[in-house]
Amino acid sequence: MLIKEILTPALIFIGLGIFAGLLLSICSKVFAVEVNEKVEKIKEVLPGANCGACGFSGCEDYANKLCENSDVKTNLCIPGGNDVSMKISEILGTTFEESEPIVSEVYCNGTNKVTGKFFDYQGFESCSACNLYYSGDGNCSYGCLGLGDCIKVCEYGAISIVDAIATIDHNKCVGCGLCKDVCPKGIIGLHKKAQKVIVKCSNCDMGKFTRSACSVGCIGCKKCEKTCNYDAIHVENNKAHIDYDKCTNCGECAKACPVNCIIS
Amino acid sequence: MKEMLIILFSAILVDNFVLSKFMGICPFLGVSKKMNSALGMSGAVIFVMLMASAMTYPIYKYLLLPNNLQYLNTMAFILIIALFVQLVEIILKKYVKSLYNALGVYLPLITTNCAVLGVTLLNIENEYTFLNSLVNALGAGLGFMLALVLFAGVRERVDNADVPEALKGVPITLIAASIVSVTFMGFAGLVEGIFK
Repeated sequence: MLIKEILTPALIFIGLGIFAGLLLSICSKVFAVEVNEKVEKIKEVLPGANCGACGFSGCEDYANKLCENSDVKTNLCIPGGNDVSMKISEILGTTFEESEPIVSEVYCNGTNKVTGKFFDYQGFESCSACNLYYSGDGNCSYGCLGLGDCIKVCEYGAISIVDAIATIDHNKCVGCGLCKDVCPKGIIGLHKKAQKVIVKCSNCDMGKFTRSACSVGCIGCKKCEKTCNYDAIHVENNKAHIDYDKCTNCGECAKACPVNCIIS
Repeated sequence: MKEMLIILFSAILVDNFVLSKFMGICPFLGVSKKMNSALGMSGAVIFVMLMASAMTYPIYKYLLLPNNLQYLNTMAFILIIALFVQLVEIILKKYVKSLYNALGVYLPLITTNCAVLGVTLLNIENEYTFLNSLVNALGAGLGFMLALVLFAGVRERVDNADVPEALKGVPITLIAASIVSVTFMGFAGLVEGIFK
């Protein structure tokens, strides 16, 4: 009797255990994840900042994609630069291509000298919080709020607030693009470091309204378009855009701009 | 049919496992930082709850009860739950790697999530039939999802608020959780009012 009382539960649990164990081992075989040795090696070479500047969701994903697809270039890691690119090429045995340095830029020139605030924001010191109220406190609803969400995410100390707008130090910036993603206004972008001519405005309103909000806002007058000899600058949606493939950094448009919103 | 609806809605709203019975608080506080991982976690919990209920019912009824081994049900149920959590882990690792990384340690912790064990034990305690057990598990899972998603929304707002220095981080999270829990007390008597 005693043996029966002890043996039955023991047997039942052994049976359950064996069933569970078998099911799990079968499943772990069926759903096995193949681990590529190269992925681990590349992961060690990459900076591990998971910034996403390469266009993939973090270093691990980039390492996976490099191994899976030979079309993925080895020079996409911007914080790592040429060193990392060369090491990855060695691991994969592919040819090394030099990467071009990229920096981020705030496409707004609206300092407190040229534009103003239309209400007094006293809330939490964060652009995304300020942006919840009437798209921010600035006269220009496209412009930099200057509360420094980008400064908080920058790991390289490259951003500072100068005259109430964010300014990026191109000597420190590595072009990871973290600030680009955090800006609630979406006015931070990446471009090649060699590119010197930049439209420092993001305002898409009609010229009249831009003018009343900020004295250095792009009014879409198309003077730059007419001056450019290389067909590289065009006004779309009331704002000048530069085609960086055609631009030769001559700076003629910057000289022609009546509101000085193009810098060179 | 009516009974099933009563079980379903009381499990989701009135007797919400997280906010009224206070089960499964650990993932409720741990995985509610982002809406996406909250949804993924709830999906995993709903799956585990349903499968565990479906498996534990026959095991209790045809294996433990005839042998007078009711006292072993906790142990047997934990074994079954652990099995399904491992399965979910293997499958997520293979097909939804990003979710697997986002859930981190909270995924294996579903094993010891008392909400899951609570559902299976309450099914037995309330003497539900097989179908009612499944409905109860579904309701509990959906209730868990509702609580987690609501709270993830609250936390995303709290992140952008000016919280006093002393309350930053965990304290404000717990205060917010208690307020969300108080709101669920408002559902008391709802099911009786609608279905009876």
